[in-house]
Amino acid sequence: MYPDSFAYERAESVEEALALLDEHAGAEVELLAGGHSLLPTMKSGLASPDVLIDINSIDAMQGITDEGDGLSLGALTRYADVDRSAAVWEDATAFAEATHHIGDVQVRNRGTVGGNIAHSDPASDLPAALLACGGTVVAQGPDGEREIPAEDFFEGMYATALDEDELLTRIELPRTGDGSVGAYAKKPSPSSGYAMVGVAAVLDTDGDAIESARIAANGVMDHGVRLRPVEDALAGEPLDRDTIEAAAGRAADDLDDVMMMSDLQASSEFRAQLVQVYAKRALLGAAERAGAPAPAASD
Amino acid sequence: MSIETKESEEIDIEGILGSAVERREDPALITGEADYTDDIQRPNMAHMAVLRSQYGHAAVEGIDTSGAEAMDGVLGVFTAADLDVPGEVPVGWLLPSLKTPPHPLLAEDRVRYQGDGVAIVVAEERYIARDALDAIEVDYERLDAVVDPREAVQADAPTLHDSLAEGPAEDPPEAEGESEESGANVAFDWEIGDGDATDEAFAEAAHTVEVDLENQRLIPNAMEPRATVAEYKPGTEEVDVHMTSQNPHLHRLLMSGVLGVPEHKLHINAPEVGGGFGSKIHHYPDEALATWAAMELERPVKWQATRTETYLTDAHGRDHVTHAELAMDSAGTITGMRVKTYAGMGAYLSTFAPSVPTYLYGTLLSGQYDVPAIHCNVVGAFTNGAPVDAYRGAGRPEALYVVERLITLGAREIGMDPAAFRRQNFVPSDDFPHETPVAVVYDSGDYEPALDKALEMVDYDALRERQEELREEGRYLGIGFSSYIEACGLAPSELAGQLGAQAGLWESGLVRVHPSGSVTAFCGTSGHGQGHETTYAQIVSDELGIPYEDIEIVEGDTDEIPQGMGTYGSRSAAVGGSALSTSASKVVEKARRIAAHQLEAAPADIEFEAGEFSVAGAPERSMAIQEVAQASYLAHDIPEDMEPGLEETSFYDPENFVFPFGTHVAVVEVDPESGEIDFERYVAVDDVGNQINPKIVEGQIHGGIAQGVGQALYEGAEYDDNGTLLTGSMQDYAVPKAEHIPEMEIDNTVTPSPHNPLGVKGVGEAGTIAAPQAVVNAVTDALQPFGVDHIDMPITEEKVWRAVNDAGGS
Amino acid sequence: MRTAREAVDERDTLEMTSHDIELTVNGTAHDLSVEPRTLLVHALRDELGYTGANVGCESSTCGACTVQVDGDAVKSCTMLAVQADGTAVDTVEGLREDGEFHPIQEGFRKEHGLQCGYCTPGMMMTATAFLEENPDPGEAEIREALEGNLCRCTGYQNIVNAVEFAADEMGGGGAGADAGDGVAADGGRATDATGGVVAGDEATTESETTPHDDYESTGGN
Repeated sequence: MYPDSFAYERAESVEEALALLDEHAGAEVELLAGGHSLLPTMKSGLASPDVLIDINSIDAMQGITDEGDGLSLGALTRYADVDRSAAVWEDATAFAEATHHIGDVQVRNRGTVGGNIAHSDPASDLPAALLACGGTVVAQGPDGEREIPAEDFFEGMYATALDEDELLTRIELPRTGDGSVGAYAKKPSPSSGYAMVGVAAVLDTDGDAIESARIAANGVMDHGVRLRPVEDALAGEPLDRDTIEAAAGRAADDLDDVMMMSDLQASSEFRAQLVQVYAKRALLGAAERAGAPAPAASD
Repeated sequence: MSIETKESEEIDIEGILGSAVERREDPALITGEADYTDDIQRPNMAHMAVLRSQYGHAAVEGIDTSGAEAMDGVLGVFTAADLDVPGEVPVGWLLPSLKTPPHPLLAEDRVRYQGDGVAIVVAEERYIARDALDAIEVDYERLDAVVDPREAVQADAPTLHDSLAEGPAEDPPEAEGESEESGANVAFDWEIGDGDATDEAFAEAAHTVEVDLENQRLIPNAMEPRATVAEYKPGTEEVDVHMTSQNPHLHRLLMSGVLGVPEHKLHINAPEVGGGFGSKIHHYPDEALATWAAMELERPVKWQATRTETYLTDAHGRDHVTHAELAMDSAGTITGMRVKTYAGMGAYLSTFAPSVPTYLYGTLLSGQYDVPAIHCNVVGAFTNGAPVDAYRGAGRPEALYVVERLITLGAREIGMDPAAFRRQNFVPSDDFPHETPVAVVYDSGDYEPALDKALEMVDYDALRERQEELREEGRYLGIGFSSYIEACGLAPSELAGQLGAQAGLWESGLVRVHPSGSVTAFCGTSGHGQGHETTYAQIVSDELGIPYEDIEIVEGDTDEIPQGMGTYGSRSAAVGGSALSTSASKVVEKARRIAAHQLEAAPADIEFEAGEFSVAGAPERSMAIQEVAQASYLAHDIPEDMEPGLEETSFYDPENFVFPFGTHVAVVEVDPESGEIDFERYVAVDDVGNQINPKIVEGQIHGGIAQGVGQALYEGAEYDDNGTLLTGSMQDYAVPKAEHIPEMEIDNTVTPSPHNPLGVKGVGEAGTIAAPQAVVNAVTDALQPFGVDHIDMPITEEKVWRAVNDAGGS
Repeated sequence: MRTAREAVDERDTLEMTSHDIELTVNGTAHDLSVEPRTLLVHALRDELGYTGANVGCESSTCGACTVQVDGDAVKSCTMLAVQADGTAVDTVEGLREDGEFHPIQEGFRKEHGLQCGYCTPGMMMTATAFLEENPDPGEAEIREALEGNLCRCTGYQNIVNAVEFAADEMGGGGAGADAGDGVAADGGRATDATGGVVAGDEATTESETTPHDDYESTGGN
């Protein structure tokens, strides 16, 4: 089908985008980044904005830069560019791997990191990765810039801490130490490719023991969530398969089964099972990258 | 092993039949040059869009089109009240006691499935037509819906068609425990086989097994959605329709009746058609509505379905709920089979719908086996879903799924290896033609070699050993068999008529040799991806001895081709190919007489080989067929009783169906923890008779298997209780992707059909008929240690996980 | 909450005017005027007559509409024509050059990688962009690269073979990442007994290796 009519505005700078947001404050406005969530909903009639502000031309929101203490990813960085970035694979492996598994190549050529995160789709791949990597969202509004830790950013299904007059301009991924390894394991929906369940795992380890762990999941709850019982079960324990299996078995412990996602493709009961399986796979993947003797996730 | 293609120039004329010639269709398709319906532009063309019910069942209390009519660019908005057409959407296959509900082109006072058309808009641009749909206001009164065929025939189910609801069905079901069935939604109650003999077999059986299974609703999903470009010429009152059709002549005949346009004024052309799988056989309302609008407005009108419309309104497939039983003696020999099926028909009867769960289903229940007694009862039920009709395989996948699930369970019950159990019960090779207890006669068959080849390819004994070893490691390998039979090449017209078809199922072929010796051949089938132009040219080249490159094939146009029944039921090679072959041999016979005349010999003394006529014993006295062609048109010196020219037409009516067969083996590993299924092997040995082009045969097998694997693991239409389609997009209904389909290892045996001139059978549907049960049998074989006997398709990870848990495993 | 009336008033006061854009399609520059909502695929098909890209769905799933925008494979149904202003768009119509088929076209034909042909233009535009990035792919990589392109006819096997054929023709094939599974060596093409050919070795330079090749995939799929 086709989108309803709308007015099209193109912003060349962050300031111009904010001014346009202000100008059309009374109307239904959508920001157009990669458009791979927005345009399909417009074509199906689920979204019918009055005004579309195309932000793709804003130079300040492009590209990956090394800030010394971490990486800064412009909100308009395409997934494909993240996937091609040796720096992101090196410093935020779980994030890079999650990006690699988004949609398909055409989607990755157009979709943007900022658009993904601002959308807070529960079945998307980046929220858990951002949580596990300890990332920060940077937003600019009329009153200037503010930093929102990933922890505080995702509030619910398609709901974030971003205000209507704000623009997500970049995300920051902290530099990790030598002993930090990460992985993302995903069960994609066979039809949509979205995550039925996706788990991001980041371990700080000396190769023998786990100092700390950050584990988060997509697809299970109405937004990306940390799996703290798993993290707690790993911290201070030896990096081996038994530890990982026992910890992964606690993936659903803190998740409210009433609020758990349930749809045609997987009931909440099965998601509770899958999140344990995929937590294990993500952890085994990370462990393998740490050079641990744990065998690869063959199961 | 992949078959290597060759360019036609590399092949001698003697070897053209049976060679893997590169497809001549491809250059236009790989350059973007080919025109699909939506690629066709006409000056002053308008665009139609259809307003469809969002509800599964509702009364239409009123429609206000004024808002849409007032919009700029809108040329007209029409509802049922505006349509002055003589006909309704037709049903082309009748059964005894069939109840046929009214089916107007647009819903009048009731919508019965989500997607039922309510109004059409015609506008200057396609975007505007869409916009205008939103401006039409329909006042609906929601009604209760029923979507499950078994529930639909219960007394308390909502009635879809009040006009059919008087009293129970003419032939009420009398089986035990089903007295609560109401006739209101019963479309038909049909049976085949000998009930008494079957009951007796079960009474005396040493072993029986039974299974409740569903063959889920599928949505065809040809990549090209349906489309129409219709033009009306007021001066001549001619109507030109380009549409996505598998059978233009049949569409012409049916649409002629619906719209009241005489057949000779209606021209239907199927341009490039992007797949069909059955969905473009049927006569839907939409193509006729676009044609009507073109006549009404005297403007060319294009209608291009969206994928959403495809999901909602293309005829769906399958939708069976079945209870099946198998009886065996103490030695594991099959003695009887009993099947009861509720078949969802959807809200209305689609074109060939009544034939699919009856004559294309019950007649295949003997499979490859010698089964002395079979009884099958099918109740067709109206439900608040899209009409169900032929989808790749059409009835036969449903039958073979039942058979091969029962056989697998039977082997398990007896404690026999499933391959050995199959072998023991096969129809022996010396028993052909073989008459089954369900009214068909298998033309030819030899089942063990195909099984043996498949066993050898998978290295069966070693595989079973590995399965044992892996089980000890807590890994679950499964091996699944499907020894299938297929009935295709639809069909002997007389038999079709006896079974209720409202059409003959012959095919026409015209072979025209031009004066210069090149050929145009016309066939009434209508390919849409099968490579007919290539295979037909191979057939004609072989028959006439004229180079392949000099032969043009024309399909899909009612103005050019004498008559036609179209492409479906894997009939094109067996029936269409045979028609062309027959016409070509008639051409040869006429040419032989001309050559005899010119060479001053008796026709009986003229030999014909590789395009050359020569006098027996005097090979230097010869004439090429091209020379004969020229002579035939010059007509200066041809036999006195002969008309000039060199072209022949035949209407080939097959003697029987053809019965391809084969054995497929799926090898999977199942992870009980995640429910995930990984293919280790997929081996297919098919016998489709003689092969005209082995590469095209391979492609058909591949694609068929992919659709079968799709059914086994991924696909399934789901309606909620209100009749709302929950799987109405490619985001929700899993059309398999490249990563979902296993690497397929293909081989074949060749048992020619004895009753057509080419010895061919049919290949279009074989893979789809074979694959689902191979996969399901493999998964249940893997899970045998958990005591899992059956899982309904699609076997999702969750179903595996639940089956294992319910059986007390993991 | 705005009322619907207010929304309509708002909409009416906004500029819905057409936008002038320039698209360079297969090397030819076109100026055209489009509504903002016009999808790139409709601009190409209906305005400019490039009907090779097909529309198979409206959910950005099927990939039949895939073209290349500035060299990247893109679903042209999920991009507004205005967004493509100033870009170079390559479609299937541009694959054949100087009367010669592109190796991917040859591959699809020789390997019977198409039946109805509807998905084929999109499939080939994805495949050619993929081969630019990964000239020497293995079977699994090809299947992954094609996950955004649905085919209902072929079961994909001969499409995979077609892409392998093109890789070989273009000088990359023979040493695919998973050539060891015996699939890449299918058909007796340019794979020597040692599993590598000179061209393949040359093609696999570091700059063309994507970073994730260094990381074992841990995804379930």
